[in-house]
Amino acid sequence: MYRLLRFILVVALLSPVLTSSVFANAEPHHGAPNKELTPEEKREKNTEFVKHHTHDSHSFGIVSSEEGGWHLGFPLPVILWDGGLHVFMSSAFEHGEKVVESNGNYYKLDTHDGKIYKTDEHGTVMTKSTVDEKTDEETISKLKPIDFSITKNVFTTMLMCLFLFFLFRSVAKSYKSGLAPTGAAKFIEPIVIFIRDEIAIPNIGEKAHKKYMVYLLTVFFFIWFLNLMGMTPLGINVTGNIAVTFVLAMFTFFITQFTAKKDYWMHIFWMPGVPVPMKIMLIPIELIGLVVKPFALMIRLYANMLAGHIVLGALIAAVYFFDAYFAKAAFLGLTFFMNIIELLVAALQAYIFTMLTALYFGSAAAVHEEAH
Amino acid sequence: MMDVSMIGAGLIVIGVGIGIGRIGGSAMEAIARQPEATNKIQTAMLIAAALIEGIGFAALFAA
Repeated sequence: MYRLLRFILVVALLSPVLTSSVFANAEPHHGAPNKELTPEEKREKNTEFVKHHTHDSHSFGIVSSEEGGWHLGFPLPVILWDGGLHVFMSSAFEHGEKVVESNGNYYKLDTHDGKIYKTDEHGTVMTKSTVDEKTDEETISKLKPIDFSITKNVFTTMLMCLFLFFLFRSVAKSYKSGLAPTGAAKFIEPIVIFIRDEIAIPNIGEKAHKKYMVYLLTVFFFIWFLNLMGMTPLGINVTGNIAVTFVLAMFTFFITQFTAKKDYWMHIFWMPGVPVPMKIMLIPIELIGLVVKPFALMIRLYANMLAGHIVLGALIAAVYFFDAYFAKAAFLGLTFFMNIIELLVAALQAYIFTMLTALYFGSAAAVHEEAH
Repeated sequence: MMDVSMIGAGLIVIGVGIGIGRIGGSAMEAIARQPEATNKIQTAMLIAAALIEGIGFAALFAA
């Protein structure tokens, strides 16, 4: 377990070098026909490249060559609900080139937005037109099945859950043989102590912090390791996906509400220590605050990670955009520099998410001795 | 339309930059005055910066 952890950390820490070199090796295939491309076409290609590396997808691509036409990676299961369950492997799409037949329905993968659409047997996308009754305007929308697929993000999240489970089991086991940490615990222990002493106790309090530690540690390691996974050249972008951060923020929100003490609700609905008209005015403000807090948590993590990936992708694309060698070298250096910054951001965002979560828990668990 | 929203995005970045810059500067000053309180100041600084950043990102998405 310690070996695996060490491996992931080393890969993540080496990612500045790896990203630069892997792309340097992989891209010339993309780059070779670039000579004939106009700047607009190049720009479009770079946008595609950044999109490809930040969006979720139905298969786990590792390396692909446009010129050679080969892909290295593995397909993931597609699970659709469309009046019935449809399950097949994403390899059946053959990268969007083929229409898949499943229980009498036909589906096609749109390679541009990565979504699956319902089609007829020739691959023409079925559409549904809805007429707005007020304006008589007709809007045509493509028919889409409900998609429960194990996508790249879902797959990575599951892998990370398994990894964290085994990692922390081995850490817990190592304390049975004695109090001195061994193996992975050597690395994990100071971080756990840091979260307890610097995040949980100052924000939640000596008495109440224990029952929240479970969630704080889980969320910290989950986000941090997923951020680091995102730094590897695999192009995984789980924490930069708004659905993932939405669920994480929701956990924080519900734990805060369900563990809240009497004082927490009193501070929302009947703020002590202010005159009565003010008390009434404060109710809607406090209620908005309830929703804004998890919303800010969600947006912050999502936007930070996505923006980081887009900036990195754009810088790497810029290396191949310019023909002059000094420009290539300059952007390679800039990519390296940004990668190191992103490693810092990966840890910082996990820290901030945990910190603010602890802050909200603290407000829920606080018991005030006297009215103020 | 694109251009107008770009100006808005620029304004947001200027605002957020000023905000975070001020926080960073004040924190530096505070640490220089009271080096023993570095940890507390840093934590408060990070939280304040994160909150401003959050608003900035929300506005950027709106723009």
